[in-house]
Amino acid sequence: MATTLKPVDAVIVGFGWTGAIMGQQLADAGLDVLALERGPWRDTSTDFATGFAQDELRYMWRHHLFQNVSDDTLTIRNNTSQTALPMRHLGSFLLGTGVGSGGVHWNGQIWRFLPSDFLTKSHNEQRYGKKSVTDYDLTVQDWGVTYEELEPHYNSFDVLCGTSGKAGNLNGQVQPGGNPFEGSRSAEYPTPPMPQTYGPTLFGKAAAELGRHPFPHPTGNLSQPYVNNLGAQLGACTYCGFCEKFGCGNYSKASPQTTVLPYLMAKPNFTLRTECEVLKVELSPDKKQATGVTYVNSAGEEFFQPANIVILSSYILQNVRLLLLSGIGTPYDPATGQGVVGKNYAYQTMSSVNVFFDDKLINPFIGAGALATVVDDFNGDNFDHSGLGFIGGAYIAGMVTGGRPIEMIYTPQGTPAWGKAWKHAAAKNYLRSFSLSVHGSCMSHRGNYLDLDPTYRDIHGRPMLRMTFDFTDNEHKMSDYLTDRAAEIAKAMNPREIKLNRRIGSWSVVPYQTTHNTGGAIMGDSPANSVVNKYLQSWDVHNVFSMGAGAFPQNAGYNPTGTLAALAYMSAQAIVQQYLKQPGPLVQA
Amino acid sequence: MRILIRVVLVLIVLGIIGGAIMAWNLGRASALPSGPVTSVAAAKVITQPIADGPNAEQLRRGQYLVRMGDCLSCHLRAGGEPFGGGLGLNTPFGVIYSSNISSDPTNGIGNWTPDQFYKAMHDGIGGRGQHLYPAFPYPWFRNLERDDDDALLAYLKTTPPVAYKPPGNDLIFPMNIRFMVSFWNVIALHDAPKSQAPADAPPDWSRGAVLVRGLGHCSACHTARNLLGADKKGHDLEGGVLDAYVAPDLTGNQRTGLGRWSVDDITEYLKTGRNNRASAGGPMGDVVTYSTSLITDEDRHAIAVYLKSLPASPDTDIAAADAGSMKRGAAIFSDACTACHLENAVGQPTLFPPLGNNAVAQQNDPTGVLHIILAGMRVGPSPTRPSPLTMPSFAWKLTDQQVADVTTYVRNSWGNRASPVKADQVAKLRRKLDLVNVRLTDNSGDQP
Repeated sequence: MATTLKPVDAVIVGFGWTGAIMGQQLADAGLDVLALERGPWRDTSTDFATGFAQDELRYMWRHHLFQNVSDDTLTIRNNTSQTALPMRHLGSFLLGTGVGSGGVHWNGQIWRFLPSDFLTKSHNEQRYGKKSVTDYDLTVQDWGVTYEELEPHYNSFDVLCGTSGKAGNLNGQVQPGGNPFEGSRSAEYPTPPMPQTYGPTLFGKAAAELGRHPFPHPTGNLSQPYVNNLGAQLGACTYCGFCEKFGCGNYSKASPQTTVLPYLMAKPNFTLRTECEVLKVELSPDKKQATGVTYVNSAGEEFFQPANIVILSSYILQNVRLLLLSGIGTPYDPATGQGVVGKNYAYQTMSSVNVFFDDKLINPFIGAGALATVVDDFNGDNFDHSGLGFIGGAYIAGMVTGGRPIEMIYTPQGTPAWGKAWKHAAAKNYLRSFSLSVHGSCMSHRGNYLDLDPTYRDIHGRPMLRMTFDFTDNEHKMSDYLTDRAAEIAKAMNPREIKLNRRIGSWSVVPYQTTHNTGGAIMGDSPANSVVNKYLQSWDVHNVFSMGAGAFPQNAGYNPTGTLAALAYMSAQAIVQQYLKQPGPLVQA
Repeated sequence: MRILIRVVLVLIVLGIIGGAIMAWNLGRASALPSGPVTSVAAAKVITQPIADGPNAEQLRRGQYLVRMGDCLSCHLRAGGEPFGGGLGLNTPFGVIYSSNISSDPTNGIGNWTPDQFYKAMHDGIGGRGQHLYPAFPYPWFRNLERDDDDALLAYLKTTPPVAYKPPGNDLIFPMNIRFMVSFWNVIALHDAPKSQAPADAPPDWSRGAVLVRGLGHCSACHTARNLLGADKKGHDLEGGVLDAYVAPDLTGNQRTGLGRWSVDDITEYLKTGRNNRASAGGPMGDVVTYSTSLITDEDRHAIAVYLKSLPASPDTDIAAADAGSMKRGAAIFSDACTACHLENAVGQPTLFPPLGNNAVAQQNDPTGVLHIILAGMRVGPSPTRPSPLTMPSFAWKLTDQQVADVTTYVRNSWGNRASPVKADQVAKLRRKLDLVNVRLTDNSGDQP
């Protein structure tokens, strides 16, 4: 029997980026805020200090900071004709847990989506005809929010992180040195871009020769020391090359720990309880309002935490499962197309081109999370798709994120995966190679969705989430076209040889691709097409707000963090300025 | 069935004992607390606005004096309530626990009269007429005006009552007999001589002298102790050792003191806990969090002006460092330290202190810098700079000889000059800090 606790104004479920942002925003508004995090407390000096942060075996391969899949995982299949099986090893994506969660072990890639990315349906229909968005059973839709509405909130996240970059479009004026395709920014980046190393510089030169528009990747790995709007301090990145999958030991990567926690933990009206996993959102008898959440602590004791507002800010796969387990909204049925919870699960379509030189020392161990020169000429609708047979695109990045010895040794086409020949190729190429990353969009599809597994349960006895996903022809065509564009730049760098790593066949859970899972709790302009409105408020239960990339109706060709952070800021503003005064739906259905 | 219940009960009891032993074993070897830093939250108590009322002015004054006097640093134990006391102070004579000075009538000072409080502050006589140990800084507090004492008590009586009784002191004979303190008072307790302002002193010099010599009780840590535990005469503010920390030289000495610091350097340090030269950690981090970050700019300036007027301490002869030690130290530094302090130890402004011409690194007693390397150090958060930037512990990574070598190297590079360090000095401190068997992190699963 759960013990009932003292009510709070707002309970936050999960404490990564969006939990931290919502905690800060709501606590600043004077609310009594409680955050519940299923994982442990994590701090720089004790959990990923400089003396042991650069340990590839511990963090990457033994998953030191990630979710333990023997406690909880999800089941996976490519389509409804298959039986889903539990993912027993992390692979394609690396789920976070603990305070800061993915915000601790992300790569610091801070992007804004293009203005046209928010209008995937209407914009493409208008330019390429209705068929372009219905081919291949795509279920893409507009977001119900525009870039212009989100712009101030993107800016808030940049100010929080101290994002290093160069604006390409400042107040409508295209700026030299930045991304000319980006939406208009109201402010320059808080800190200048990271100085580029040799590999990205070669990429930039080659891309410019081909008439592309190279610019430095905007980063949450900082180019210089920074004090943010909350007084929190970040240092300059030292290019250690252990960023994604690792915590930052010297305070140079924006994370909830470096940017929000020092400020937030000092607030008397904010409390964080770690190792407390929320099992369910509890609803009033008419199911129109949440009364709070039930959670279990590490001792197995159950508690009911009453709250006026419930913020779901766990990872999208947990958020969607909580919605389904709590009976909030109608589950999606792929056979009929009815229902919305779990609908439009999407991912990221990744491919790459390895470049091998004889005469150029790349020294890849001098790397940083988002250290890259990028071209955005073939992302979103920055180019004419007429006759190409797909929508969407990708950025192409000449990237040196690190030279980690197990994960990041590139060998040429035809090299065996082990043995003497591999060793020889590894030794020959390690210092003289790097990779161009093709970071592609992923459109939503009628058959790609999330629901509850009928068979498998977690340690608490709850049904696991079931993921049904495969890449569609749209994604394969897009990825092939973009990989060819990357190969053009690779060849223009005059290497000895290149190796194309195309996205071939069905999606597999085994090789790591990216932890950019999206959708399932999508936003939109009506309850018929979405789970939440533009303020991330549940259409069905007005005091439940669902954060994160789960709100993306389909995924753009960028890393999601910037956009999900901006959506959180926008949601917080609506809660503070409108909802608190008059609790109820912020958008009339 | 009954047997089964008994077996289950025995197993449960064994489990609890086993769990307790495990918890003890796991907990003891951690160099830095791995929980959230909440010290700033405790500081909120002493910055809460005081509502208008008949004696609001006196209460506000009392609250400010509590901040100036840094009462919370000692009267708050880890995990305790503000003013509840119970913090153990390690002295050469044993452990002295701070008392409960909350408004609780039974455990605190809720029932004290102003006269009783004055006697404690001025003469070190407790509420029951007993002698207080001078770990309570009455030798400095006696310089306060009576009005200020009354304001302090009036404010403390408004703090939330804490129903907690601190443990009894754990002192060696004969110091465990409180009456012994009366002899100490005869020998060591005296009114401070009136400070004489230098001819060209800025107008706030006198204010600074009053704060440093009185309520601020800076020399309680920053002056060496004599055998009795009293200020060593003639070595005022030249630095002292407190438990396993070193409170640095505050005189104008260019090497070990504030000689290279400007008045602005000092005020920034007191306000934020960090500047381009040093960061405040350990006990000084608490001083910043509970005191100097919460006082006025004027008072910080007065303190800085006064400290800058102190003549340089005499320099000592320094033995040359061994070349092998320097060479090994340089390699260790490059490997273990440059991720934050960068090549040539230039540091990053207000984040990671530069180590060249660094006074903390060059103190005559290396205990402070060894403590930082072995146990790590968390910078005291302040309202304007809340980041508890932390140097990690290297106790698990570096041997005693390696710590000695890298410390010797740091103390004799980039313009620094200080005595070399031997491995046995490191070993001794390592034992004292209980860092002989350490694991990487609390949740790493590593075995010591």
